[in-house]
Amino acid sequence: MLTMTDKIQATINGLPVEVRAGTTILDAARQVSVHIPTLCKHPDLDATAACGMCIVRVAGSSKMLRACCTPVEQEMEITTENPEIIQVRRTVIEMILSKHPNECLTCGRNQNCELQTLAADFGLREICLDSVVPDLSIDDTTKAVVLDPRKCITCGRCIQVCQQIQDVWALSFLQRGFDTRIAPAGDIHLADSPCVRCGQCSAHCPTGAIVEYDNTQEVWDNLLDPDTYCVAQLAPAVRVAIGEAFGFPIGTNLTGKTYAALRRMGFDAVFDTNFGADLTIMEEAHEFVERFTNAKSVLPLITTCCPSWVDFMEKFHDDMIPHFSSCKSPQAMVGALAKTYYAEKMGLDPAKVFVVSIMPCTAKKFEIIRSKSMRSSGFQDVDVSLTTRELARMIKQSGINFPAVKEEQPDHLLGAYTGAGTIFGTTGGVMEAALRTSYYLLTGANPPRIDFQATRGLNGVKEGSTVIDGHEVRFAVAHGLGNVETVLNRVRAARDAGEPPAYHFIEVMACPGGCVGGGGQPYGVTDGLRAKRAAGLYQDDQAGLWRCAHENPYVQKLYDDFLGEPLGEKSEQLLHTSYRSRPTYRR
Amino acid sequence: MGPTKTEDDVAAIAKRWKNKRGSLIMALHGLQDRYGYVPREAAMSLGEAMDVPLARIYEVLTFYNYFRLEAPGKHVVSVCMGTACYLKGAPQLLDDASARLGIRPGETSPDGEYHLQVVRCVGCCGLAPVVTVNGKLLAKVTAETLEASMTPAGAPSRAGTSAAGGAPGTAGTPAAAGAAESQRA
Repeated sequence: MLTMTDKIQATINGLPVEVRAGTTILDAARQVSVHIPTLCKHPDLDATAACGMCIVRVAGSSKMLRACCTPVEQEMEITTENPEIIQVRRTVIEMILSKHPNECLTCGRNQNCELQTLAADFGLREICLDSVVPDLSIDDTTKAVVLDPRKCITCGRCIQVCQQIQDVWALSFLQRGFDTRIAPAGDIHLADSPCVRCGQCSAHCPTGAIVEYDNTQEVWDNLLDPDTYCVAQLAPAVRVAIGEAFGFPIGTNLTGKTYAALRRMGFDAVFDTNFGADLTIMEEAHEFVERFTNAKSVLPLITTCCPSWVDFMEKFHDDMIPHFSSCKSPQAMVGALAKTYYAEKMGLDPAKVFVVSIMPCTAKKFEIIRSKSMRSSGFQDVDVSLTTRELARMIKQSGINFPAVKEEQPDHLLGAYTGAGTIFGTTGGVMEAALRTSYYLLTGANPPRIDFQATRGLNGVKEGSTVIDGHEVRFAVAHGLGNVETVLNRVRAARDAGEPPAYHFIEVMACPGGCVGGGGQPYGVTDGLRAKRAAGLYQDDQAGLWRCAHENPYVQKLYDDFLGEPLGEKSEQLLHTSYRSRPTYRR
Repeated sequence: MGPTKTEDDVAAIAKRWKNKRGSLIMALHGLQDRYGYVPREAAMSLGEAMDVPLARIYEVLTFYNYFRLEAPGKHVVSVCMGTACYLKGAPQLLDDASARLGIRPGETSPDGEYHLQVVRCVGCCGLAPVVTVNGKLLAKVTAETLEASMTPAGAPSRAGTSAAGGAPGTAGTPAAAGAAESQRA
C-alpha cells in the first residue's frame, strides 16, 4: 500500500518525472512543463472529468484516460500529445461548440473566455456538427449575476463552488445527458433561490454562462449628464486587481492611476472606500469596546462589511443577528456621506450627486438597495455599484492609456486612508484593523506590534488571541461561506452550555481570500493569485504614513466638523443599519 | 398552527428513510406514490426532514424521468422507450400518442384527462413494444391498440393513486428508477 509520502517514478512524453503518490497526471505534467489542455478543471476545485479535454494515453491501457483525475502509477509511460490525441481533443471542442451560441463578439467574456481560447488554440475553422443550441432563457433576476444557460458547457464549476465552497446550494444541475442545464432547484428564478449574489459562480465559470449584471451604461448616461455631479469610490481590493486587465503583474497597487482614470472618464470627484473602511473601524471598534467592557453585552461581535455574508446570515443563521455589528459597510458609509457631509461642504444639491462605487463584488449591487437604511441621506446613498471587471471595460472603452496615466490623489475629504483601511480587502484585514484601534481605545496607545499575523493567510478558519490591557481577546476569521458554520457552531455550543463566549470578535468574508478573491474581480482566480493581491494590500499598509484608522486626520475632521462622535446620534443615523430574518427554503 | 396534512405525510416518509444512506430516491418514490407526483411543498418538507438540500432533491427528481413534478392527468399513458421497445417502434407510438392527445411527453392535456410520459424499460422486453395505461400493461402495442386504449371506454380505470405510471414487474419500484441511472449520457 502506497502512502502519500511515497515517491512514484513515471515518464511523460519520455521525460522522467517523480511525484508523490496520489498526484494526478495533470499535476505531474505541469511539474515537468508539459502542457495538457483543460477546460472543466479549476485549481480551486475537485476534478469532475466533465469535458474530456485532458485525455492522455498510458502505455498498456486501451482507453484514453483523463489526466485531471487519473493518479500517476509506478512506471507509467504517459503520452500527452500525438495526432490521435489531438484529433480526439478537436472533436471534444467541436461537440461543445455545436451546443454553444456563436455570439462571441457581444459576449461578456469576449477575449477572456476559456472556451474561446481553446478554440483559438486548436485553430478550428469550421464545426462539422449541426448546431443544437438549446432554447433556454436568461435569468437576470438577481440584478447582480446573470445566468445564460445556453452558454453553459456543463463543466459543473459553478455548482461545486455554490454547493461545496459557499454552502449556498442556489445552483444545481437539472435534467441529464444532452438536456443537462444549470438552474436553481426546480427551475425557479435565481432571485427566489438562496443565492447570496457572491458571484463566485461567475468568477469560476469558464465561459459567459454566468457574468456580472452590467451597469456600465447607467454610469455613462450619468457621466454625460451635465447637471449631475458624479463621484466615484474605489474599494480596497480593486486597486491590486485592476492592473490584471492591463497587463500589470498580479498584485500591483494602482490606486493613483485608477483615481486618474476615473477623472479622465468624467467623474467630478474621486473618493476612496478605504476612507469608509477607516470610518467603519472607528464605529465598529467603539461598538466592540462597549460590548467587551460591559459584562452583560452579547459577544462575540461579528463583522458585517460583506453583503453576501449578511444575506447568508439573514437567510440561514438569523439567531446570530444580535451578534452582528450594526455598522454599515465602508461603501455604504461613503455613499451616505457623499450626499450629506460632502454635498454640504461643497455646496452641492445632494439630489444631483450620483455615487458610483467600484467594488470587487457582485453582491454590492444588491447591498445598495437591501434596506431602507441604504437611503439614509434622503436619497439612495450609492446609486450604482460596478465590479472591477466593469471598470476595466469602461477604462478600455474610454481609450485611456491606463499604464501611461499619471498617478493622482483622491479628493481627501472622503478619500484619505490609512493602512488599516486598505487591508479590508483581504481576509483577516478587518479584524486586524479593528484590533489595532480597539487596542488604542482600551489602552490609549497604539499596539506595540501593529501587525497581527494570526489574522493573515488563506486558511479557511483562522483563530487567535491577543492580550489588551490585561484582558484576553479571542478572535476568529472565516472566509468562504462553507467555513462559517464551524465558527458559528462553536459560538452556539458555548452559548448553550452557558460558558464564556468562544470568541469575542469574528470576521467573516463570503469569498475565499476575502475581497481580493471577490466575485467581481478579474478572471482566473487561484490561491496563488489571491495571495499576490493580498500582498499588494499589505505593502500598501506598510508604506502608509498612518496604519491605524483612528490616526486618519480626515476621519477626525469628519467627526469634528459633522458627525460629532462615534456611535453618536448622527453616526447612528448615517452609518448604522439593522438586520432581519429572511427565511428561504432549506438549502 | 400545527403541522399540515402534507407535513404529516412527508414526516412519515422521511422518518422511514432518514439516516439510511442513499435512500433519497426511495423517499421520493414514497412522495410520488402518495401524491401521484412530487409537489414542490412536499419536496421542501422532505428536504427539511431528511436534511437534504432542495437543490440536490431536484437534481435527483429531474435526473430520473420516472419522477413527475406536476399533477398527472386522470389517465397516465406511459410509453416505454427502453432499448427493445425502441427498436420495436416505440418512437412512432409516442409520436402517435402525442398527436392523438395534443401534448408532448411529460405534459398533461388541458382538460386534465391524460398525462403522457416516457419510461425506460418496465422489465418485460419480450412483450415489446410496451405501453402502460394507468398501470395496466399493454403488450406488443400497435397504432390501433394504442388508439383504442385512449378512448374513454378503452382506458383502464386507475387502481388508486399509487399505481400511477406503475406497471407489473419492476416498473414503479425504486429498481426501475435505478435502472434509469445507468443510462446517464
